[in-house]
Amino acid sequence: MLHTINKSPYEKNSFETCMRLAAAESSILLIEDGVYAAIDNTKISELIKENPSNFKFYVLEADLKARGLDKNSLIPNIEIISYKGFVKLTVENEKTQTWL
Amino acid sequence: MEEQAESGIVKKFLYVNRRAPHGSIYAHEALEVVLIAAAFEQDVTLAFIDDGVYQLKKNQDTADINTKNFSKIYSALEGYDVEKIFVEKESLDERGLKEDDLSVDVEIISSNDMKKLITASEVIFNF
Repeated sequence: MLHTINKSPYEKNSFETCMRLAAAESSILLIEDGVYAAIDNTKISELIKENPSNFKFYVLEADLKARGLDKNSLIPNIEIISYKGFVKLTVENEKTQTWL
Repeated sequence: MEEQAESGIVKKFLYVNRRAPHGSIYAHEALEVVLIAAAFEQDVTLAFIDDGVYQLKKNQDTADINTKNFSKIYSALEGYDVEKIFVEKESLDERGLKEDDLSVDVEIISSNDMKKLITASEVIFNF
């Protein structure tokens, strides 16, 4: 299953709730203001690094660029994907849960 | 200074920015309102708190999300005599950001000093 998060982890608890409720091995895609969760050395970066549910993390490149971010500031186990990659993930997963 | 006296009352305006730049319209709208106050020669101060600190992040490039890259306006504010820009240190720290990550010269202050800044202002706009 694919989960998308589009809100900053500091503005809303969508990110934390997704971490708590997504099934093990889920794909988690960070988009729009959700990409701020992907930055390393923050108050919440440990949640992604520890990753006890073995999630696969993705982040949308266009939204990173818009916010002045790139791979140098990200947590290492997050994969950067394009809009095409977003479509591929959507097709590959039977269901998508959108955490607004 | 003479112009200020002629145009009447000058108040201490504080613009509190607490939202990230591209997920909503707030940050861009705040800039528009700041420029209006500056045009009326008011005493303008900007505060960046919580996700608002992301507005000042260097190297923003919105080409691929098809929106205006208004982040360049922050570095032009000086030209409108908007020079008092304060950023809360605690908000930067939580987000793993440092002064070096910001696109403009700002004054980084503690929560305690931010508290004083808010108390000392006469008109507050929240975005």
